[in-house]
Amino acid sequence: MSTWVFAEELNGALNPGALELVTKARTFGDVNVFYLGSGSDEAFAALGEYGATAVHQLDAGDTLPSAAAATALGSLIGSDGGTLVLFGGGTTDRDVAGRLAAQLNLPVLANALDVSVDGSVTAVSEILGGTLSVTTASTNDGPTLVTTRPKAFAAEPSGGGAPSVTAVDMPDVGRAGTATVTERHVEASEGPDLESATVVVTGGRGLGGEEKFAMMDELAGLLGGAVGGTRAVVDAGWVPYSYQIGQTGKTVKPSVYIACGVSGAMQHVVGMKGSSTIIAINKDPDAPIFGVADLGIVGDVHSVVPQLMEALKARS
Amino acid sequence: MNIAVCVKQIPDPATPYELDPENHWVVRPDDQVLDDTDRYGVEVALQLAEASEGTVTLFSMSPSGSLQGIRQALAMGADKAVVIDDASLQGADALLTAKILSAAMAREEFDLVIAGTESTDGYSGVVPQMMSELLDLPCLTFARKVDAGDGSVTVERQTAAGYDVVTAPLPALLSVTSGILEPRYPTFKGIMQAKSKPIDTTTAADLGVEVVSDQRIVSVDEVAARAAGEVVEDEGDAFERIVSVLEETKVI
Repeated sequence: MSTWVFAEELNGALNPGALELVTKARTFGDVNVFYLGSGSDEAFAALGEYGATAVHQLDAGDTLPSAAAATALGSLIGSDGGTLVLFGGGTTDRDVAGRLAAQLNLPVLANALDVSVDGSVTAVSEILGGTLSVTTASTNDGPTLVTTRPKAFAAEPSGGGAPSVTAVDMPDVGRAGTATVTERHVEASEGPDLESATVVVTGGRGLGGEEKFAMMDELAGLLGGAVGGTRAVVDAGWVPYSYQIGQTGKTVKPSVYIACGVSGAMQHVVGMKGSSTIIAINKDPDAPIFGVADLGIVGDVHSVVPQLMEALKARS
Repeated sequence: MNIAVCVKQIPDPATPYELDPENHWVVRPDDQVLDDTDRYGVEVALQLAEASEGTVTLFSMSPSGSLQGIRQALAMGADKAVVIDDASLQGADALLTAKILSAAMAREEFDLVIAGTESTDGYSGVVPQMMSELLDLPCLTFARKVDAGDGSVTVERQTAAGYDVVTAPLPALLSVTSGILEPRYPTFKGIMQAKSKPIDTTTAADLGVEVVSDQRIVSVDEVAARAAGEVVEDEGDAFERIVSVLEETKVI
């Protein structure tokens, strides 16, 4: 099977999610990567080390790249039914997958946690807050497009050599390609990376206010962990989107997840239920978060968390 | 500025969802509600239309039912609605949904098309992008701030790293996050007015869209739930339980 992985650069460097997709893709055959960004020898070598044999690179500069990338990718993959294209779950991944699907009149198998090829391609996703697992197949004769959830696959090197690298020309897509990026802003968080931290401390609306996030930072600092937020607190502007855990945010699987004032909405739970141990503190005894917590504390975060921090400080 | 907004009626998220056992589609009751994520797009549209003496037209593909969800959005202030109510569209996938909504919108001219980033129930997250392709529009997705006028639109677009400022000439399509604005609550007057606002219903055949979904659900299985943990009431010493768990997991 001819397999393709869509990889958008992140902060001018290789997106680690691409290595997860390449690792999965190589189990189906040779892996082609459609690389969106300025690229580097280091990034291409890493893709090769995880199994990519060919990289096709498009540098869209300051153009919002989705429309041009979809057209360029579409002409590369052709119309053969034996072709699988894997996308991540990021914003541009979804933009390109959607546009490409409409161009080629193909379905998108969305939010996949697993993909298998057995004659035809099937994708497994979860719905209704991760309570039901759905297996879906394309019934179209053309290529199969799949968007995947972050961390659906573990990245493992294959020991492959450097891939071939081909530059792709920007196609002219007319009016659809007229959006331009005029500024780029990075909202970095301090401390360990949220997606690889062994401890994640997450604040929800129940914290009561933006200033209370200092307490989350302090607790995470004591545990060597990272701080996350729910969609509600990101939308309220308390913390940047890069903190968001859940369906439209990051997926985390730490050893210990501590949810403080988090209700446990379905869209949040799908981003953290893979944590090994979940601790939840919430005033509301009926909060859905207690349904997934290994230890649930019905109490006020503003008394439990300070007491916990005192105890941790006393030990060190 | 004339604005089209995609809205979806979904079963009340506070109630358990049922799937049709034969084809695994979500069973849609008569009294569906407005998907909460759509209130943000409606609010953005209303503010832009109010500032430019424009109009807001809602587009929704769903069994009409009681039209409760559509009326919720009309009560916020939208001018009219187009509902594609067609039994043959049950189980429509993202692409068919995008084709239907685009075909309905293409009958008029709009400066802006606004959608949420994904629905609460289906959440494929690709319908707005598909529509932008079908309508040949630039697609500014995941907008958390919008400014439009003088023939162009500028947004702050959420990215994995932070946000980008993106600008495009009108007409354009936006998908907006629920962080964009605080949506208004309908007033009593708005609710009363919504009852007499025009709702145009149409079908796939009227729109000339062939009803084909090129994906099928092979199987649906229950996911093993996490084993229920222990829930304790804080009596002033619950933090000690957390310390014990942190010790057991060797975090400390």
